[in-house]
Order: sequence, then C-alpha cells, then structure tokens
Amino acid sequence: MAMTLSEKVLARAAGKDEVTPGEIVQTEIDWIMTNDATTHVSIDIFEQKLLKQEIKHPERVIWVVDHNIPAESVETANVHRKQRIFAGKHGFNSHVGEGICHQLLVEKYVLPGQVVIGADSHTCSHGALGAFATGVGSTDLVGAIREGSLWFMVPATLKFHLTGKLREGVTTKDLILTIIGDISANGANYRAMEFSGPAVSTLSFESRLALCNLVVEAGGKNAIMEADEKVVGYLRRNRPQGATGVVLQGDQGAAYEKFFHYDLSQIAPVVACPHAVDNVSPIIAVEGREIDQVFVGSCSNGRIEDLRILGRILKGNRVHSRVRLAVSPASTRVFLQALEEGLISTFLEAGAMVLNPNCSTCWGGCQAVVGDGERLLSTGTRNFKGRSGSALAEVFLGSVYSAGAAALAGKIVNPINYLGL
Amino acid sequence: MENNLTGNAWKFGNNIDTDIIMPSQYLSWPLEESYRLAFEPLRKGFADLVTPGDVIVAGSNFGSGSSREQAAQAIFRMGIRAVIANSYARIFYRNALNIGLYAIECPEAEAIIEEGNRVKIDLDRGVLLNLSTAREASFGPFPQNLRKIMEAGGLVEYMKKRNHQEAR
Repeated sequence: MAMTLSEKVLARAAGKDEVTPGEIVQTEIDWIMTNDATTHVSIDIFEQKLLKQEIKHPERVIWVVDHNIPAESVETANVHRKQRIFAGKHGFNSHVGEGICHQLLVEKYVLPGQVVIGADSHTCSHGALGAFATGVGSTDLVGAIREGSLWFMVPATLKFHLTGKLREGVTTKDLILTIIGDISANGANYRAMEFSGPAVSTLSFESRLALCNLVVEAGGKNAIMEADEKVVGYLRRNRPQGATGVVLQGDQGAAYEKFFHYDLSQIAPVVACPHAVDNVSPIIAVEGREIDQVFVGSCSNGRIEDLRILGRILKGNRVHSRVRLAVSPASTRVFLQALEEGLISTFLEAGAMVLNPNCSTCWGGCQAVVGDGERLLSTGTRNFKGRSGSALAEVFLGSVYSAGAAALAGKIVNPINYLGL
Repeated sequence: MENNLTGNAWKFGNNIDTDIIMPSQYLSWPLEESYRLAFEPLRKGFADLVTPGDVIVAGSNFGSGSSREQAAQAIFRMGIRAVIANSYARIFYRNALNIGLYAIECPEAEAIIEEGNRVKIDLDRGVLLNLSTAREASFGPFPQNLRKIMEAGGLVEYMKKRNHQEAR
C-alpha cells in the first residue's frame, strides 16, 4: 500500500512493511533528547520509581542545558547539577550552554529517515530533515531511555502543497503563522503536517527548520519534508563523518487526510497577536503599536540566516530609544559564525544586547523578560499570557524582518515598506 | 482499576495552555511547592480551592503548548483525578495518562456541566453523569494499549509490571 513520508519513516523504525494511520506501533528511537526545563522530573521518575534502572542505549540520549542557562537562581543551578551528574553517570551526550537543543540536534545528530523524540514540544523542527520527530513528556522520556523504543499512533497526514516564491521581506515564519491562523491552534491535532511542492526547493534549509518548528502550535504531532540536496549538502558540510542518513520519499498515491495549497508569492508579513499563536493578523492591521522590547532568537529564528537579516537591517542604524533589543544566537556555532561575519559588532553598535545561546525571552524563565503593560515583538515560538515575563504584558510573534524593523521604528511597522524592500 | 470517579467540577475554557497550568518560572521548583501556583496567570490560588477527587471540565485543545509534564503532575498533585475536555493537545494527553491522570475526551461535557456540579465518571460504561442535574453524556473507550497503562496506574507502573512478569 502507498504510504506518506511520515508513515514510511515510522514503518521503517517499527520494522514493518507498512503502517496505516490510527495503528499503534512500537518503534525504535534514534535520538532521545531532553533539556533542563523538565529533565529533573525524568530523573526523579527514573530514580524513585523504576526498580530496574537500566538504560538500553545511552549513546542515543542527548541531555541539553539550554532553557535557564546561565542559572538565574540557586534552585536552577542545583537542577543543572543534578542533570549533569546523571548524564555523566550514564554516559549520555551532554551539552551545557552550547545552544538550544533543537539547533544542536540539527548541527550534530539528526539524519534523514530517523525517529527522534524530545521532551520539548518544538522537537517537530527536525521534520525539515526528513525525520519523524515529535515532543513527549517526562514519563515517555523515561520509558524511551529505559527501553530505546516508544509507542506511537501513526498520524494521518495533512499535505500542504507549496507553490510560488516568498517575496523579499517575507519569511517562512510569516508562512507558518499564516497557516496556523488559517487552521487554528488545534487544526492539526494528532496529525502529521507534510510540506511539499515546487516551492520547497526555493526555501533554504534553515528556513525549512523555522517552518517545521511551529507545527506544534497548530497541534501537529510532527512536521515532515523530503530531504533534498540542500539538506544533504548541509549534512555533508557540517557533520564530520559526512553521514547523510536514509533519504525516504512518500509514495505516489499515498492517502492524505486533507490537502491545502499555499502560493508563497501571496504571503504577506503577519504577526501572532496576544495571547495565542493562532491569533494571526496581517502586520498592517496592527501597525503603529508601540514596542518596548524586541527579541531575536529561539529555536524558531535564532539561526545564522536570521542574524544575517537582522544585521542588514541594523547596519549603520540605531535601535529606537524606547526599545530594548535582545539577540540570542541559537548556538555557540551560530554565535561564532556571527562574530566572524561582523554581525555581533553590528548588533552592539546599533544598541542591541547580545545574549548567550539559550531559550531566553521566548521561554521567559531566566532572562530578558518583560514587565507589566509592556509590549514585546518576538521571533520566538509562543505568545501565551505570561510566556515572556509578566502576565500583564503583550507578546506579538513575527519574522526577523518584522522584529528588526520594529526595533528601529519603536513600533510595529510593515517591514516591506519601512525597510524599502 | 477504580471504575468510578466522583467529584466536583471546575470549569475552564478553550486552549488552556501549559504555560498557564504551570508557568515557566516554577518548573525548576519541587512539585510540592510549584503545584500550589498552577493556573496562576488565569486563576491565582486555584490549588487551595480544590478538594481531592475534583474534576476539571474544559473546552477544546486543553494542555496545548509546551511538553512540560509538570502541568499534568501539578493537576494530579492538587487532587484532581480527571480532566474532561472537548479535545486535548496530544503531548498533554500522553503525559496525563502516563502519570495516571484520566484525560477524558467528551465534547458534550461542557454543555451539561456547570462549575460546582457534582460529576460521576463511569469508566467502564463510558458515561459522565451530572449528579446535580441528572444529565448524562457518553465518551469513547480508551484504546487497548492505553487502557493497560491506565489500569497499571501509569506508564512507569506498567513497565514495572511487565518487567516483573518477564522476570518470572
């Protein structure tokens, strides 16, 4: 029977010839990732509840400290310490302060055709590599590190057929926010969201990661895209061993639950307005709202491509006197690249604060939070009430173009007009 | 497995996200302290109002957003034994069942249950009974693999039980 790409990846990992939506399969997991937001919960479950404290494949486990780093409190420092000790004891791959987990997984681990789980909802990002990647909680994580496998219900797939080309000043952030606004915060609940069509080849690998990153905000179980030469090229350049994984394609005639068509040339700059990611509005409808803080970073838009765009916008300009601009590169590697290209100097000269690689404002747990009545424009993942500090603040989500333009203007503006693109 | 749950209902709306249920700044705290702050952005002091055995009745997409299991744990710790919602975000759904918190999908519940009503959940028959008004709604059964996990009291208990059986 013809299978979709997600079905093929799951069938392969489950050792089956075919799987169908709704079927429950036990699959081997290639990478099991967790981070400091929740790892201590998994450690407690493992140490306090399991009698047989074995880890089947410690080499598959990736333990990242990225949410509250550097620690902002003694409690957090103790949580990190507990995490490091556990990782050392069991021989896990451990990364402390080197970057956001999803960026590290792209830089170092995930390959096409693999199955990846992370105790972090934005694990769906890795679908851009043609992997099946999804978020889980702490107990599922314990089950996976204990047994090396986990059960999944095979999701039905929603197919997003992409044509045309994004115009300058519009990014995949605008595209995915538009899609989420159209289908709503649970429009893809339990479903795979597959992005395909002739437009895919026009999208950079990094911008595909940003596209896949937010599918969980529509309830999506996973995002998936076929790995093409851009993905394979990235892997050849960035992985020392040059491994490129198992590149799978969906079958002709596979069954999709629903089709959507988006002409990328018709996508305009949008923002997600408070306090829901599906509360999406064309940016022109909210132009003029004053902004107190702008954040560029996160697993959504903290990669070198984003920093290059911000650099072009800020070069030779000053951030508006009302605005605090916080920039957090997604990883040490991204930070070093930005340094080499002179981008960090550009940011600092423009009046920005450059923060270490971490989840920062988007997470709201450790730094660069906003106060009562303040308004934030963020390239991050969520704008829930209280997400980035005060529950009385307003968070708008937008592209790095929209963020950079707002940082200069001190208010929400249409980046295409404001930047003369 | 206990086949009936009875408790008073607390009502919430649509899209109750996990940042509301357990704000980021409390995730490093021990659950014994953090659960008291659950739902703080929306309903400060909620944990103090809950009586063990109570149930939450909510709209669609309950538990959306972050994968933080602390959200489900905090709800369980304050004494809530079941959440009844139109629909769930899938990670929360797994987390809830994995720790032994019943997550029941029942789109009719919102209409027949008001805050403070006494609700009885018959897990075998898949029936919700509003004891305050005598109105009923039904819900679908859990898939077989989830039922086994729930009957064991969560995923960890299930794994223990299975390992124990394998050892014998």
